[in-house]
Amino acid sequence: MLLGKSVTEILALIKNKKISSQEIIDYFLRRIEKYDQKLNAYVTVNKSSNLSKIKVPIAVKDNFCTCGIRTTASSKVLENFVPPYESTVTKRLIESYFFILGKTNMDAWAHGSSTETSDFGPTKNPWDLSRCSGGSSGGSAAAVSSYLAPVAIGSETAGSIRQPASWSGVIGLKPTYGRVSRYGLIAMASSFDCPGPLTLTTEDAAFILRIIAGKDEFDVTTAQNAVPDYVKSLRKKKKFVIGITEEYLNGIDEEIKEAFYQLLKILEKLGHQIKKINLLSPKYSISVYTIIQRAEVSSNLARYDGIRYGNDRTFFGSEAKRRIMLGTYVLSYGYYEAYYKKAQKVRTLIIEDFRKVFQEVDMILAPTTPITALRLGEFEKYPFFGEMMDVLNEPAAIAGICAISFPFGLTKKENLPIGLQLMGRWFEEENVLNLTYQIEKETDFLGVIKKGLKNYPD
Amino acid sequence: MFMDNYQPLIGLEIHIELKTCSKMFCQCSASYFGKPPNTQVCPVCLGMPGTLPVPNKKAIEWTILIGKALNCQISSFSKFDRKHYFYPDLQKGYQISQYDQPIAVNGRFEIICKDVISRVFTKKIFRIRRVHLEEDTGKLIYSKNDTLIDFNRSGVPLVEIVTEPDFNNSNEVKQFLEELQVVIRYLGVSDADMEKGTMRMEPNISILSRKSKVNSQKLPNYKVEIKNINSFRFVKQAIDYEIKRQIEILKTGKIPLQETRGFDEKKGVTYPQRIKEEASDYRYFPEPDIPPLVFSKAYLDSIKVPELPIKKVERYVSEFGIRYDEAFILTRDKNLANYFENINKKFKIRIANLKLKIQNPSQIIANYIVNKKISYRLSTNEFINKVIKNLKPKKVDKNLLEEVINKVLKDNQKAVLDYQKGKSNAIMFLVGQVMKETKGKVEAKAVKEEIERKIKR
Repeated sequence: MLLGKSVTEILALIKNKKISSQEIIDYFLRRIEKYDQKLNAYVTVNKSSNLSKIKVPIAVKDNFCTCGIRTTASSKVLENFVPPYESTVTKRLIESYFFILGKTNMDAWAHGSSTETSDFGPTKNPWDLSRCSGGSSGGSAAAVSSYLAPVAIGSETAGSIRQPASWSGVIGLKPTYGRVSRYGLIAMASSFDCPGPLTLTTEDAAFILRIIAGKDEFDVTTAQNAVPDYVKSLRKKKKFVIGITEEYLNGIDEEIKEAFYQLLKILEKLGHQIKKINLLSPKYSISVYTIIQRAEVSSNLARYDGIRYGNDRTFFGSEAKRRIMLGTYVLSYGYYEAYYKKAQKVRTLIIEDFRKVFQEVDMILAPTTPITALRLGEFEKYPFFGEMMDVLNEPAAIAGICAISFPFGLTKKENLPIGLQLMGRWFEEENVLNLTYQIEKETDFLGVIKKGLKNYPD
Repeated sequence: MFMDNYQPLIGLEIHIELKTCSKMFCQCSASYFGKPPNTQVCPVCLGMPGTLPVPNKKAIEWTILIGKALNCQISSFSKFDRKHYFYPDLQKGYQISQYDQPIAVNGRFEIICKDVISRVFTKKIFRIRRVHLEEDTGKLIYSKNDTLIDFNRSGVPLVEIVTEPDFNNSNEVKQFLEELQVVIRYLGVSDADMEKGTMRMEPNISILSRKSKVNSQKLPNYKVEIKNINSFRFVKQAIDYEIKRQIEILKTGKIPLQETRGFDEKKGVTYPQRIKEEASDYRYFPEPDIPPLVFSKAYLDSIKVPELPIKKVERYVSEFGIRYDEAFILTRDKNLANYFENINKKFKIRIANLKLKIQNPSQIIANYIVNKKISYRLSTNEFINKVIKNLKPKKVDKNLLEEVINKVLKDNQKAVLDYQKGKSNAIMFLVGQVMKETKGKVEAKAVKEEIERKIKR
C-alpha cells in the first residue's frame, strides 16, 4: 500500500528492496493516467524513466527549465520550448534522489492565483472539481494533494506556493529570498521569486529544502549562509514566542478564524508563548507588490519578442498583456518616481516593520488566505484577483522572509481545506519547519491530508 | 570660416570593448572576432528563460581602472540597471547597463593638442561626465532577403565613456580619441581598435549661434548624434561635414532637426537615420538579478594606474633630455616605451664602462628607435651592440683611405683652390665627399686633418 507515503518512507522501501524505483514511478504514472484527465495537474508527463540509481518521483512546476523536457510556464508562447539546460533546483534534485515525473500546470507565467490563466486549461481542486486548486503553483498543489506525485516543487512570487497549498490541503514552504537558487526558473518578478516544496509531511518539506537550498554560482542573489540539516533539527523540542496580529484577521472567513484560534490554544498547551504584535496592515503590501511586480514582469517578458521560441507575442494571454502594460506604465519616464521608486521606499518600511517585530517574537501565525478555494471562473470577476487572494502572503514576499502554510482542518459547510501560515525570520526555515512539525505531531493537521487521499484510491 | 558667429559644441560617447577572458555575465569567451556565428554562446548570453547574469569581476575592476586613468571620482556604491528597448540583436529586450550610479563620474582628460597650421602645442582638458559598464549586443547580418543574428558578441563587456560637450572642432576630437586609444592600450584592458569595433564612438554635435538673441551661454536646444563611424579619419570627416551642414541650416534661420544620422564613408556625408524623440524612454530600473556593488577603500586603492603617456613624455623630456617629438613617438606604445627605457638604462652603463664620451646618449637611442635605423625587434642587448658599433670609428685600410682622398682632391680641384685661397669652409665639402665615398666608415675629424695636411700651403 503506497498511497500517501512520504518521500522518506518511499526511500526506505526502495533501500530495503521492498520495491524498486521503477515500480514506484510506474505506480505514479498509473495514478496520473487514472486521475489527471479530471484534475489537469500536469502539462507534461515524463515517461522516459531509465533508472540506474535510487530515484523517487517528484513533480516540478512548469516554470523550472528542465533539460530535454518541454518547459512552457503554461504559456503558448513557449509551447514548444525544450530547454538545453537544467535549472539549479531540478539539477540538485536529479543529482540527489529524484526523478522528474512531470511538469505541473500553473497560471501562465505564474500570473494568477487560480491556475486558470494557464493556456493548457485550469487545474481542478482535488477536494471539489468545480473549484480551482489555487495558484499559481496549482498543478503542483493538486498533484500532491491527490497523490499524483509524492512531492512537488512550486515557485512563489507572493503566495504562489502557500495559497494553492492552503486551498488544496497540503504543506507549502516559501523559503527566504536567496535561500534557493532562481537559476533556470522562468522569471516572474525577480526580486520576489522563490522556489519551494509542496508536500504531505513537514519532514519531506525539510528534506527537499535541504537539497535545493544553498549558494549557487549561477545566481548572485543566493546567500552564503550555511544550509542546516533541516530534517535533523525537526526533532528538537523548541519553544517559541509566536506573534499574532489583528491586521491579519480583518475580513477573514469565520471558519478560518476559528481554526486559527483553535491552533492558538494548542500552541499554548505545547508551551509556546503567544504575543500580540503590531504589524503594518497587509493592505499596504498590495500596492507595493503590484507596482514592483508588474514593473519586473514587463521587463522579464520583453525577451519573448517573437524572434526566438517559435510563437510570437500574440500568443500572450490577456493577463500577461495587462501586466506588461501596467508594468511598462509604472516604469515610464516621469512615472518612475511616483510609482516604482515610491513602492521601493514602502518596501523598505515593510522590511523594517518585520525586523522590529522579529525582535519581540520568533514567528508570526496568521491565516494563509482570507477564504477557502473559490469556484472556477470566479477570478474573472476581479481585476486584481491574485492580489486579493494573496493579501496575507504579500508582506512576507515583499520582506523576503520565510513562511510555511499547512492545512488545519476543513470547513464545515463546504468540506474545504483551511490553511494557516507561520512566517519566520530571514533564513530561519529551521524554526518554521520545527513548529509545523510539532503541530503535525500533535494534531495530524486535523486529519486533512488523510481525508484528502481517501478521495483518490489506487 | 564660420568660427566667428558659430561655435560648434561636440560631445562624445565612446564605447570600449574589454578584452576580458570571459563575457560580462557568463563564462563564454569574450573573444569573438572572426569566430563562426553563434559559437561563443550559452543560455545566459542568449538570454534564455530563467537564466541569470553573474557579473565579471575583472570587467568591473578594469572599468574602475579606466575611470581612474580619466581622473574620475570612483563611487564606492554602484549598481546595474536594465535599459529597455526592442531590437532583434538585443536578446533579453533589455540591456544590462548602468543608469544613475555609474562606476566613475566627473573626470577630466588632459591632452596635448597640436594646432595643425601653427604647429603650436597646447595643453587642453576635456571633462569626462561618466564611465559606466554594460554588455554588448549581438550583431545583425544582412544577407540577401534574410537578416541573421549572431550572438557571439552578445554579453561582451563594454565600457561607455561620456564626455561633456567640450570639443569645438574635429581636430580636438581626433587628437582626444588618439590619446584615449593610447591610454586604453596602456591600461591593457582593450585593443581599442576602431576597425574591429572594439572602440566605437558617437559624436553629438550642435552649433551655438552667437548671433542669436538668445543668451549665448545657453546650450543649443538640439543635438545631432552620428553613428557608424569606424576610423579616426572618418570621425574628422563626419564632424566637419556635420558642422558645415548645420551652419548652412542655421544661416537660413532654421534649427537643425534633433536626430541620429549615419555616416557614409564613400560619399563622406552624413544622412538621417531616425528622428529622436524628446528623450528616449528606456524604462530604466535597478537590475534585480544583481545586488548593488559596494567597493571598499582598500579594494579601490589596490587598483593602480600605470604611468600614462602624457606623464611619460614629460619625464622623457625633463629626465632624459630628449626632444618632445621623439618622446611623443616613443610613448605612443607602452611596449616601445619600455623598450626604450630598458635600452637607455643599459646603454648608459655600457658607454660608461667603455669610457666613451657621448653627448645626450638618450637622444641617440631615441633617434635610432624613432628613425627605425635599427630594428626595435632586436633584443635590447643586440640593439645596444649595434648602436655602439655605429658610434665607434671604423678601421679603414689606411692605403684605401689615402687613395680615396687623393681621388676626391683630384676630382674637386676647384674646392681645393677655394680652400687655398682662404675659403676655409671649402674643406668641409671635401670631407663630405670622402665620407660619402667611404660610406661614413671613417672618422670625419681624421679625414679633415689628413686633407688639411695634404692641401695646406
